[in-house]
Amino acid sequence: MSFFRRRIIFYLITAWAAVTINFLIPRLMPGDPVTALIARNQGRIDSDAEQSLRVLFGLDSNQSFLEQYIDYWGLLFRGDLGLSFTFFPTPVSDIVWQSLPWTVGLVGIATVIAFVLGTLVGTAIGWRRGTWADGLLPISTFFSAVPYFWLGLIAITVFAVQLGWFPSNGSYDRSLLPSFDLEFLGSVLYYGFLPALTVVLASIAGWILGMRNMMVTVSSEDYVTVAQAKGLPERKVMFGYAARNAILPQISSFALSLGFIVGGTLIMEMVFSYQGIGYVLYQAVNTHDYPLMQGVFLVITLSVLVANILADFVYAALDPRTRQEG
Amino acid sequence: MTADVTVLQDDPDDAPDESVDETAATKAGHRFLFLRNTKAMIGFGILVFFGILAVIGPFIAPYDPSAVSRDILQPPSAAHWLGTTHTGQDVLSQIIIGTRGVLVVGLIAGLGATVVGVLVGVTAGYLGGVGDEVLSGLSNIFLVIPQLPLIIIIAGQVPSAGGVTVALVIAATGWAWGARVLRAQTLSLRRRDFVEAARASGESTPRIIVAEILPNLTAIIAAGFVGTVIFAVLSQVTLAFIGVTPVSDWNWGTVLFWAQNQLALQRGAWWWFVPAGLCIALLGMGLTLINFGIDEFINPRLRSTGLHARSLRKRRIRPRIGFTPVVRTAETTPVHRPPAEEQPAEPRPAEQNAIEEIRR
Repeated sequence: MSFFRRRIIFYLITAWAAVTINFLIPRLMPGDPVTALIARNQGRIDSDAEQSLRVLFGLDSNQSFLEQYIDYWGLLFRGDLGLSFTFFPTPVSDIVWQSLPWTVGLVGIATVIAFVLGTLVGTAIGWRRGTWADGLLPISTFFSAVPYFWLGLIAITVFAVQLGWFPSNGSYDRSLLPSFDLEFLGSVLYYGFLPALTVVLASIAGWILGMRNMMVTVSSEDYVTVAQAKGLPERKVMFGYAARNAILPQISSFALSLGFIVGGTLIMEMVFSYQGIGYVLYQAVNTHDYPLMQGVFLVITLSVLVANILADFVYAALDPRTRQEG
Repeated sequence: MTADVTVLQDDPDDAPDESVDETAATKAGHRFLFLRNTKAMIGFGILVFFGILAVIGPFIAPYDPSAVSRDILQPPSAAHWLGTTHTGQDVLSQIIIGTRGVLVVGLIAGLGATVVGVLVGVTAGYLGGVGDEVLSGLSNIFLVIPQLPLIIIIAGQVPSAGGVTVALVIAATGWAWGARVLRAQTLSLRRRDFVEAARASGESTPRIIVAEILPNLTAIIAAGFVGTVIFAVLSQVTLAFIGVTPVSDWNWGTVLFWAQNQLALQRGAWWWFVPAGLCIALLGMGLTLINFGIDEFINPRLRSTGLHARSLRKRRIRPRIGFTPVVRTAETTPVHRPPAEEQPAEPRPAEQNAIEEIRR
């Protein structure tokens, strides 16, 4: 269990670091834009909300740094992230909670599809290295070098504007009322298809490449040769011996590159005006809505941490060495 | 393998000697072994192309990128090779002028992140103990925190987020990957004989790190630098695209920002946003190819499979896992391979461990 204990301590420290970064950023910046925002909305903000904004952005100059920090944590534990100015007077936490499921649905599903598909393709290419399959490598290089959002722009031009197959923005048909009936779910799938496809296309290259290189490395190991020499079926050697070992670094790099992928897919939401948390961040940045920006960053980081913990569990399940330790 | 790595350095003793022409030639060839790699060559060519464009861009751009004209939203023509925008600005000029901003930010961010990465990674790997725990914990934290949102909220709150500010923000958040890789490699170098010998002969720790360990890390540092530049270019373009950085500074992201905001997609003005994206992709691809070159250079297994797949295909043998190395050593004659690439194909066990550690 020492593996898990160490990981959990690490994630706790990381969460603390993320919160502290969030606490420090507005305090290190020159000027204080939030005072101006509060002044502009004078009389419309009730005193409680104003107080929490002051705590979040360190506007109480008569408090010591440490007191500010303690108050800040107090607010976070109550789930108070301040008020949004763009969607005045909705609390930031409400906006984040409304948009988070959309992001988790879109980005989560698309990322998992890309990972599984990319790993499978990488396995096949790595196994048949030196054949035509290696020709896929330059293509995947190209896709890994393209910014996600540009791929989104192209997808919109081709499939939404030229061909008219898919809607170019939004996340469901606005004439429908959100509910759990078939029509609404179908509309969500229809609207989500293009963004998801773009996310998959943009991120799959990295998985293919990583898995291919690991397969090449692993498949010259002795145990693979032995398995082959024993006359085991090729499929069994490929999946049971080579891929089984090659996938371990894939999963740890999944955890590590998650932050990068999430960053890219947030931009994707901005391109598609998909009502997830990335689009909220976009609106916040463009309207200089600092409380909303801070809140969104905190929630994104914590979500990535949760996903990392899940990846660790998968890793531990696949790699017996982690369970043996200690 | 040690010879492999040192070819990247400029070793003054290695200067070609005129009296022995032939050895000088092979030595030079050996030194640029890295550039013999086709992938690396193509990548290098792309990089040089954009580098030249960045330097001479303002002199060869046909128009002022911000100048408006009456040719509104024109498709590509002889007068405007890449068409015009909604106010009649020349897209080609915008892209040419924008190259400099992209490259400068990429290089500054890459340099900054590499310096921090080397400092943290090598120190952590060499010191070990508590210092290692703290430093590698720090870099792991920075790896897990999503960088782009972090860059967005920092850049979004800086009053005037110009090119250099953005580059510094990217450098401050993007050093962790390099540090992690360098730490792993330093760990494996630390116990090598030549380092032990240096320690035994009483060399100081800074000297051991600078003179014994750093030269052996050159290739990995280079790879990390190139990787960070790719990331920096993508981040900067993304920031410009979502409008965090001033939209009056021309770079490829700014072009895309205007294209998106002026509904270029809906108007079918493909010439407005396709070229900028292709430039980003091309630059990114060039850098990735250079990294492939370095990667094959560091990891002999990747290199030898590539080489020997080619020779196998010539002889119509379908490669099968596990048996191929035997086929090569038994039957392939060195004639098939260019002489400069005749390196020992298998890494020594210690290096093998290091490589695997890096790949994790």
